[in-house]
Amino acid sequence: MALFHIRGIAAAVLLALLVDPTLAADSAPAASQAHAGGHKSLDLTAMLYVFLLSTFIGVGVIMRVSRLLHTPLMSITNAISAIAVVGAIIVAGGQNYPIGIRILGAIAMFCSMTNIISGFLITDRMLKMFKSREGAKP
Amino acid sequence: MSENVINNLIQLGYLVATALFILSLHWMNTPKTARRGVFSAIFAMVIAVLATWAQPGITHHLWVLIPILASIYPGIWLSQVPLTAVPQRTALSHAFGGLAAGLVGTAKYFYWISHEQEMLTAFRMTAIIAEIILGYLTFTGSIIAAGKLQEVKWIPQRPWVYPGQNFVNMGAFGLAILLGLLLIVWPNAGWSPFAFVVIILLSLNFGWMLVMPIGGADMPTVIAILNSFAGLSAVAMGFVLDNKLLITAGALDGSSGLILSIIMCQAMNRSFLNVLFGAFGQVQQSAAAGEQKQYKAETMQGAAQILENASSVVIIPGYGMAVAQAQHKVRELYDQLKKRGISVKFAIHPVAGRMPGHMNVLLAEAEIPYDDLLEMDEINPDMPQCDVALVVGANDVVNPAARTDKASPIFGMPIIDADKARQVFAIKRSKNPGFAGIDNELYFLDKTWMLFGDAKAVIGELVKELSGGSGMH
Repeated sequence: MALFHIRGIAAAVLLALLVDPTLAADSAPAASQAHAGGHKSLDLTAMLYVFLLSTFIGVGVIMRVSRLLHTPLMSITNAISAIAVVGAIIVAGGQNYPIGIRILGAIAMFCSMTNIISGFLITDRMLKMFKSREGAKP
Repeated sequence: MSENVINNLIQLGYLVATALFILSLHWMNTPKTARRGVFSAIFAMVIAVLATWAQPGITHHLWVLIPILASIYPGIWLSQVPLTAVPQRTALSHAFGGLAAGLVGTAKYFYWISHEQEMLTAFRMTAIIAEIILGYLTFTGSIIAAGKLQEVKWIPQRPWVYPGQNFVNMGAFGLAILLGLLLIVWPNAGWSPFAFVVIILLSLNFGWMLVMPIGGADMPTVIAILNSFAGLSAVAMGFVLDNKLLITAGALDGSSGLILSIIMCQAMNRSFLNVLFGAFGQVQQSAAAGEQKQYKAETMQGAAQILENASSVVIIPGYGMAVAQAQHKVRELYDQLKKRGISVKFAIHPVAGRMPGHMNVLLAEAEIPYDDLLEMDEINPDMPQCDVALVVGANDVVNPAARTDKASPIFGMPIIDADKARQVFAIKRSKNPGFAGIDNELYFLDKTWMLFGDAKAVIGELVKELSGGSGMH
């Protein structure tokens, strides 16, 4: 039942994503780069492929994660999603950005780094506790 | 030329980081290799940060360095919380993740609109709108979730509802989407920045309004959904910044949240929409107050004696064990029973506790070997052969009404078959119904005996009886 809903939502989102690049491709050449326009829309398709494929990989890999480890799984994926730090570095440290915008970037940077540090440390702390009956080996 | 080389190296670094992130989650599939997964993810993250920092466009190094230094202390502090507080820490980190995505999206939009308006293509605007809506609603939603889990005074534990709530919530969300669509078409009109700010405010508002009506028992699902949102906002950021590493890592997080929410929903036999908009737990209160049934209370000595004579015991932990911090006492009881050659297993329901896998972590902390922690589907076939089922602070997950009573709000939810054991002991804080406000038939069966009190105190007493008693016999 739940699965049905999710599939529906996923299909709708995917459809929206697939429709949009055609819109973008239509309006992109009008903007400026006439010869770069084709290249740009190709890149958008590539990004959508990347998203699609990594979602499939993610689902495949995560389905096999032991239920014992769902709490550590959530904290490690949390730290991984703090990859937003990449965007924060670009905004906080970027050459041409005015100071007001860099401040937003620095706050985002602080949030992401806190997630990275606490996420990885607590995941490892929890995983160290999981011991099998033979003892020692974590 | 050399800039080209640097760019290629950066892209290569991102590629390696992607591979390491995927491997890291792959290694999480068993406790034996899981720590390797953490190390590879840390390695990947270091590569990602350094590769980004090394870009020629990054010149304000102090602006990068200072936030990193500032985050060390809070990062370490948040990683040292007691394990019972892990759900609220997780919710808080979703809030941070959402805020970071929202801020970067905001910064990018305002930079582009004032400096490079040709960058605001329809595709990029779609991504930015998705990023800020998801980011900011995750931010406030997760803060409320963390507050509820921490049992902060100014956030009600019980669902907070009023007539027309879903209408108001959906109205706010719909308005944000509508403004978003307008912005996609006219990203740089005179009113656009104002509309952008209004979207931010609506999303911030929608986030907390969405989580306020959701009760504590639904928190595992809510946390998983917010986890998914935080990941998806990172994906959207990847589309905005044209960065494939953000897309892959965000998608990994998004799919993890998705799968965990599916598991949680299935374990409660409910749909996503029902969790988000059903305001579970407030309707049934009045119905439960109707009839008064009699509990049978058992003394500690009696209970200890029965446990001693059992040959197999199944312990079913729930949120009550976490609240009472009883996991270490449970471990002592486990040792006492094991010493007598009694088989002791733990039956873990997927939604026991306040986040996915919560019980496993607490019991692992108490050094109970994970081979004895069994999932619901593994243990249920053996329940009829079990001499004693000991319910420690669990309630709805052992309520037989889920199997039989079509009128019950939890009807259809898979449960642990505690009622099929030969005898049942249930430790319960008070005589009030559980979180969902539903009476539990299990407590009124002939073979069920209640042990009233704080889980830690009750198990402590049992351990005392068992360790004292064994010398005298």
